[in-house]
Amino acid sequence: MYNFEYQKPGALADAVKALGAADAKALAGGMTLIPVLKQRLNQPSVVVDLAKLGLSGITVTGDSVTIGAMTTHATVAASADIKRAIPALAALAGGIGDIQVRARGTIGGSLANNDPAACYPAAALALGATITTNKRAIKADVYFTGMFTTALAADEVITSVSFPIPAKAAYVKFKQPASRYAMVGVFAAKGPAGVRMAVTGSGQGGVFRFTAAEAALASNWSAAALNGISVSADNMMSDIHGSAVYRAHLVGVIAKRAVTAAG
Amino acid sequence: MNAVFQGIGASVRRTEDLRFISGNGNYTDDINRPGQTYTIFKRSDRPHAKITGIDSTAASAMPGVVAIFTAADFAGVGGLPCGWQIHNKDGSPMAEPKHPILADGKVRHVGDPVVMVIAETKQQARDAAEALVIGYEDLPSYSASRDALAAGAAAVHDDAPGNLCYDWHIGDKDATDAAFAKAARVVKLDLLNSRLIANPMEPRSAIGDYDRSGDMHTLYTTSQNPHVIRLLMGAFVLGIPEHKLRVVAPDVGGGFGTKIFHYAEEAAVTWAAAKINRPVKWTSDRSEAFISDAHGRDHDSHAEMALDADNNFLGMRVSTMANLGAYLSTFGPAVPTYLYATLLAGVYKTPAIYCEVKAVFTNTVPVDAYRGAGRPEASFLVERLVDAICHDTGADPVALRRQNFIPRDAFPYQTPVAVQYDSGDYFATLETALKNADYAGFPARKAAAAAKGKLRGIGLSTYLEACGIAPSKLVGQLGARAGLYEVANVRVNPTGSVTVFTGTHSHGQGHETTFAQLVVDQLGVAHNQVQIVHGDTDRIPFGMGTYGSRSLAVGGSAMVKAMDKIILKGRKIAAHLLEASVEDIEFKDGKFSVAGTDRAKTFGEIALTAYVPHNYPIETLEPGLDETAFYDPANFTFPGGCHICEVEIDPDTGVTSVVQFVAVDDVGRVINPMIVEGQIQGGVAQGIGQALLEHAVYDAQGQLLSGSFMDYTMPRADNLSNISVGTENTLCTHNPLGAKGCGEVGAIGSPPAVINAVVNALSAYGVRHMNMPASADKVWNIINGGLRAAAE
Amino acid sequence: MPQVTLTVNGKTSSVEVEARTLLVELLRDKLGLTGTHVGCDTSQCGACVVHIDGNSVKACTMLALQADGTKVTTIEGIAAADGTLHPMQEMFREHHALQCGFCTPGMVMSAIDLVAKNPQGLSEDEIRHGLEGNLCRCTGYHNIVKAIDASQSLMHAKAAE
Repeated sequence: MYNFEYQKPGALADAVKALGAADAKALAGGMTLIPVLKQRLNQPSVVVDLAKLGLSGITVTGDSVTIGAMTTHATVAASADIKRAIPALAALAGGIGDIQVRARGTIGGSLANNDPAACYPAAALALGATITTNKRAIKADVYFTGMFTTALAADEVITSVSFPIPAKAAYVKFKQPASRYAMVGVFAAKGPAGVRMAVTGSGQGGVFRFTAAEAALASNWSAAALNGISVSADNMMSDIHGSAVYRAHLVGVIAKRAVTAAG
Repeated sequence: MNAVFQGIGASVRRTEDLRFISGNGNYTDDINRPGQTYTIFKRSDRPHAKITGIDSTAASAMPGVVAIFTAADFAGVGGLPCGWQIHNKDGSPMAEPKHPILADGKVRHVGDPVVMVIAETKQQARDAAEALVIGYEDLPSYSASRDALAAGAAAVHDDAPGNLCYDWHIGDKDATDAAFAKAARVVKLDLLNSRLIANPMEPRSAIGDYDRSGDMHTLYTTSQNPHVIRLLMGAFVLGIPEHKLRVVAPDVGGGFGTKIFHYAEEAAVTWAAAKINRPVKWTSDRSEAFISDAHGRDHDSHAEMALDADNNFLGMRVSTMANLGAYLSTFGPAVPTYLYATLLAGVYKTPAIYCEVKAVFTNTVPVDAYRGAGRPEASFLVERLVDAICHDTGADPVALRRQNFIPRDAFPYQTPVAVQYDSGDYFATLETALKNADYAGFPARKAAAAAKGKLRGIGLSTYLEACGIAPSKLVGQLGARAGLYEVANVRVNPTGSVTVFTGTHSHGQGHETTFAQLVVDQLGVAHNQVQIVHGDTDRIPFGMGTYGSRSLAVGGSAMVKAMDKIILKGRKIAAHLLEASVEDIEFKDGKFSVAGTDRAKTFGEIALTAYVPHNYPIETLEPGLDETAFYDPANFTFPGGCHICEVEIDPDTGVTSVVQFVAVDDVGRVINPMIVEGQIQGGVAQGIGQALLEHAVYDAQGQLLSGSFMDYTMPRADNLSNISVGTENTLCTHNPLGAKGCGEVGAIGSPPAVINAVVNALSAYGVRHMNMPASADKVWNIINGGLRAAAE
Repeated sequence: MPQVTLTVNGKTSSVEVEARTLLVELLRDKLGLTGTHVGCDTSQCGACVVHIDGNSVKACTMLALQADGTKVTTIEGIAAADGTLHPMQEMFREHHALQCGFCTPGMVMSAIDLVAKNPQGLSEDEIRHGLEGNLCRCTGYHNIVKAIDASQSLMHAKAAE
């Protein structure tokens, strides 16, 4: 790791100001940033730890779940309110990484990083979440702009994420065998914004909506409705764990399992 | 005496656990020496290139930098020696190119060390290493044996034409040709044995320390055999005589073969510590381990079996290309020859066998022994070939095996490939395994799985291995440059406790517990009155270390021999004290007594007398009770057994799950059943890992794609289920314990059982063979489109 | 240089560290607690697991400065003051759940957290999945799973005392 200056501000305004410096990096749970720094793949001048900004917490209303950006996966997974409102979201959080990752990793960090194999982006996109920052509210549909890239500006900090409560939802993940990240993760939801299905882990451009499946499910919410519906292998990632064709096939299989799991 | 039996056969809880479960282990990286510096090796990121220049100007000026060394600084130092010389078919010796400490003029694999940077802290060393400027001119590179052997391929080493290290053979070619000429049928199979990375959880580490006042060099290292390192490094690399060099291998966090070898980093830190007169510490990162720890396996083979009309095995032909990587590792050349082809008879009475092996230099990390070393390659080939025969002829896998087993009454059995099996009962292990696995109930389980949409398959492997390495005279004839005996020094202390200094090394095997049980059994001393010492060349007379499942069979036998001497001397002392003749003194249950009387002296009384010799036959007997034995085995030992695996495949995803695994092994005398069971379970887990998950993959450009735990699939708890272990033991006939060895059987017997099960599950898709690993994407490809090419 | 103050195994220390110092480096190199191991550099192996404020975390994936003000427990700190082993330590020995011992500290710390957070009890399958963050190369996990299973009743009985 290259050395850097470490700051742990107590107020959001101070954090935003610190992040204005050239090559500043925000540190949430650190589950991705620290491994990246250890590999010397990134050389920040300042690392701004967001732990003291009071950004964690869960609020559930009649039609939405709002989660503070620094809320850990373990907290989301264990939340009785979220289990009641969007059980698929709690289950997704409970399946990220391992116990140790869930103890430190945060929803804000995951969405800000937008790893193409991360789980939360699938939930945000499928549920039509709103990502709130120190500057604005961003709809999930315009938030994810490609692998590891988002609509966030350099000095923009996610403060919370709000999910409309769906009628039905489920997330099913097929893990890359070595890293245990999602090789294909499908979040299926039927909610206020209609039927939406988001796929993570497999697309070259990061998380994407499986629109052909959505159209089929809109008229017939069942796994059988997805028979014959597939994604193109053209935009799938390919590596030693699976070809693009295999990943495209898995998207179909896992999509059906997600619909079945959603009930 | 002990209230609880703690001798041979007891599952004594491990002595060493007390420190390991409390965080009090003492691994190499836990050691820090006063004034210590840290080193980072700048490694090649190219598979094959000329070094056109190294500019260390900027790096030298970085904060904390103490020294920077390149190949030029090591000009007076030898290369890393190879411990085994193989000869070609024509009798000429193998090509043996120099293996320099740091790359000299050329890099030959990604990970080849080029520059050694020493600084006050590890981070400073890493910072400086980044500031180095190394110029390269790329050369064509080869990851696969086949490509490196192709006509016109660029030379990895100028002194190894055609990239061939050796072209070796074993067996009677004419007799084998004759067997094929009269065959009713020939079954052929092409197969690969996948490249693996051992990945012990403790990364390698080495600390060089130099004491100016005594001109003494000390190396602390993560080694399975400190005396071997002292010999190789002292005599062949650095020219330091044994009495000026101490090698310490403290607690070592797993080895699995890859910590046998003498590595460049060990020599470099030892040399540099003297050069800068400060301790130098190196600890590998995991990503560095992937490109610098010797890899395992990587065979490309063709096998044929000649059969008569009744499916009796008449003859076997094998041709193998073995990838040795970019340099000869310590035992690299021995693995695909004497540790492989000598096992091709397996458990079968095949009368004629001929095997030829081409060993090849490639632009990959050197390949050497990994758990099983050659024997897993042999068992995979033989047991896959047997199932291919069943596929082609319709024979039943159990019946065909039984029909061709070496009979119970045929021992000692001389194979056509040099070795002689002393004992075994392959029928017994097979029958018990069939029973434990409820083999007869498989069709019902298959039907139940099919009803759930799953493909269920069963596979077995009746394997054999050779271990207890090794008779020195024999291995000397075969090209070994060392003896392979073992040494034990048994020191009875004045108050009757016992310290044993063993030349073997424990890095997970539990020697401190098992070896103490031998002392309990033979000397009648309580288990907690025994201390087993290993891993320090200054404390232990000599030793060859731990690998090849040799520690109990060879090292334990040395202990038995040393304790025999202790008892003999004790009888002389007792004879004096009891005023009887030595012949009349018997030793039993910790007491020396005059036969037929109640006159006796305890072991403790004899020990005290030996050290306080006031009433003692001092004219004819030296004081003290401290004996050493060197034990050289008369033969290898031959554990074997039967592994039965049952898998379920999800045809939608291609994911294969092992739903039942039954091992029934013959490991000879068992000292601690709990430890033996743990060794077998661990070995099976590594075998299942090879069969389904693990794979070291190079791309066409020579980069290792599976270069971290993010891409190299290590078995985790949820990849495995319970592993049923049983034994049907026959005793080794030539060592005093009757022990055969248990460390490698799991990794040798299991891969073919798993793949046979996968092929069985996929039989409806016309699959005859599948190379490892049976990963989900590969299996799915077979199911969808019957892409047999994807399997092979 | 920045300073970090934390309580490790009940003892409070203030140490100067570079910002880039990892928690595991602080524990091993500055505080001499070498029971916490480093087995990889991609946060996969779990040899470095310690407890921070009661949660198991990977000490290789956390800056020392992030641990400022926390209570850290390492493998050296789980036995009772009189040396009585923690039930998880006892069961690891009883069931031969370790061989080389290198993964053991992290494995034990993870296992304690896993069992403590699931007082309702864990099935064999749940234990296996709960160990997703820890690699062992020696045992094949068989005996680790047995040890953790056996420790459940002991730990819950102790917690109820």
